[in-house]
Amino acid sequence: MNILVCITHVPDTTSRIAFSDNNTKFDKTGVQFIIGPYDDYALARAVELKEASGGKVTVLNVGEVETEPTIRKALAIGADEAIRVNAFPSDSYFVAKQIAEVAKQGNYDLILMGRESIDFNGGMVHGMVAEMLGMQSFSPVMSLEIEGDTAKISREIEGGKEKLEVKLPFVAGCQEPIAEWKIPNMRGIMSARTKPLNVVEPSDNSTMTAVAQYELPAPKGAVKMIDANNVEELVSLLKNEAKVI
Amino acid sequence: MSVLVFIELEDGKIKKSSREAIAYGAAIGEVTALALGSASNDELASAGENGATRVLHVADERLNAGLIQPFAEVISSVFASSGASILVTAKSSLADAVVGRVAVKSGASLASNVSALPDTSNGFVVKQSIYTGKATANMSLTSDKKILAIKKNAIELKTGGATASVEATSVSLDDAWFGAKIISSEKAEGDVLLPEADIVVSGGRGLKGPENWGMIEDLAKTLGAATGCSKPVSDMDWRPHHEHVGQTGVKVSPTLYIAVGISGAIQHLAGVNSSKYIVVINKDADAPFFKAADYGIVGDAFEVLPKLNEALKKALA
Repeated sequence: MNILVCITHVPDTTSRIAFSDNNTKFDKTGVQFIIGPYDDYALARAVELKEASGGKVTVLNVGEVETEPTIRKALAIGADEAIRVNAFPSDSYFVAKQIAEVAKQGNYDLILMGRESIDFNGGMVHGMVAEMLGMQSFSPVMSLEIEGDTAKISREIEGGKEKLEVKLPFVAGCQEPIAEWKIPNMRGIMSARTKPLNVVEPSDNSTMTAVAQYELPAPKGAVKMIDANNVEELVSLLKNEAKVI
Repeated sequence: MSVLVFIELEDGKIKKSSREAIAYGAAIGEVTALALGSASNDELASAGENGATRVLHVADERLNAGLIQPFAEVISSVFASSGASILVTAKSSLADAVVGRVAVKSGASLASNVSALPDTSNGFVVKQSIYTGKATANMSLTSDKKILAIKKNAIELKTGGATASVEATSVSLDDAWFGAKIISSEKAEGDVLLPEADIVVSGGRGLKGPENWGMIEDLAKTLGAATGCSKPVSDMDWRPHHEHVGQTGVKVSPTLYIAVGISGAIQHLAGVNSSKYIVVINKDADAPFFKAADYGIVGDAFEVLPKLNEALKKALA
C-alpha cells in the first residue's frame, strides 16, 4: 500500500488571528503552527494502515521552508518520507495542481488529506486533485478499511452517515473518528531527523483567486447575566431584545 | 447576468440552505436552478418563491443518492450548456466534495463559505469566512467563470416570488461515474438538520450522561431547534458524531445557539462563533464560554432547563 498524505501547516486552533500590512498579510507574530487537525487524522490512519499491512507513507506539503518543522513532525508520527513543494500556497487551485503533479510521479493507491484546512476552511482541494487525476474522491470520510483493491469507507452526510464500497485508487478528505491523533514518541522524533525530505519546485504558477484584504469581526459586546431563578427574563430578552424566538 | 444555482434535495424537498442560495443568486442575476434526483414538480416550482425563474430537473433515480462523481459530472455539464457564468450552491458536506471537481472541469474560480453578496466595483470580490469564523477574506475571483458556495444562514431568505417553470432535462449518465456502491446509510428521521438549523440546543459533559438528553431534546422541541453536543460527549458515544459541534465537527451558524453544561473550550467555540446570539447555561461561573456569550445563566442544568422549557412554552403558546 503506497499512501500519499497531504498536510497543511496552519495556526494552532487557539491562535489569536491578526493581520499586518494594511490587513493584506497574516500576522505570524507569536503564532504556533501545527499539522492541520483534519490532516493529522488522515496521517494517523495512513500510518495505521501501513503498520497493519506494510507499504509506504509519503507526506506532502505545499509551503515555504518554514513548514519543515511541521513536516518533520509528520515524519516523527510515522510517515516514511516527505516531499515539500517549495511555494507559498497561494490558493486552493494552485495547491491542488502541485499535489496532482506530485501524485502523477508516485503511483499511489490512496491519496489522503483533511476534509478542509483550518485556515481557509475551503474543503475544495481533495475534489480538485481527484478531478485533475481522473480519480474518484470522497469527503468527509470517517472510517477507512482496505481489503485488497477495495476499500470500505463511511462518509458523513448531513444528519447521518453512509457506508460505501469503492475501488482503489481514490482521494479522500478525512475527519474524525477515522483514527486517533498520534503523538510522536522519542524514537519517532529521532528517526524523523534522518528520513528523506525532498524539496521540489512548483510546476505551474497559475491561480484562480487572490485575497484583496482580510477583515476581523467587530468585537462581541459584554455578556448579560441572568439570575437562575428568573428564566422568564431570558425568555423576554430572547423575544424582545434579540428577537430570535 | 445568468446564474445557475445547484439545489440540494432532502427526501424530495428543497433544503433551506439551497433556498438561501437561490435568494443569493437572484440578488445578482436571473436564476436557473438545477435539481438532481426525484422530486415533485410542485416542490421544484416553489424555488420561484425564493427568486428562481426556472428549474432544470434531471430526474434520474440514480441521482437520488448524493454521489460525488455523478453530481460533479452532471452539474459541470449543465453549467457549460446553460450559458451561466456563475454557479451558486449552498456550502454543505456534499457541495464541499463536489464543487472542487466542478471548478476544475469548468476552469472556474471557486470561493467557499461566502457570507455576503459580491462587490463588483473592482473585479468580482466576495467575502469568505476563514479561520473557522475568526476572520473574513475579501476574495477576488479572477476567472471568467465563478463558483460560489454560500455559508448557511448568512443570507436572508427571500420569499414571495412567483412560481418557477420546471423543465425536465436529460443528461446521459455514464456507468463509469457510479463506481462507488452504497452499502448502507443511517439517517436521523424527521429531525431538524443541525447544519441548517435556525436554533441549536447543545449539551456537554455537564449533562452527566446520555440518559439525561431528554431535557435537551424537550427544549429543542419547544424551540423547533436541532440538537448538538460537545466533542467529549460524542467521543464518549453519548451522542452520534454528526451532532458534534466544534473545530473538527459541524460548524453551525444559527440565529440562536444555546449551550448547556459546555465549558467553552476554544475548539468548541470555533464551531459556534458565527452564531448570531449565544446563550450559555453552566453551573461554573468561571466557564470560559460566558465570555463568548450574549446571555448567561449560572446554574444547574437539571434545575434551569425544565424551568426554561416551561417559560418558553408559555411565551410561544
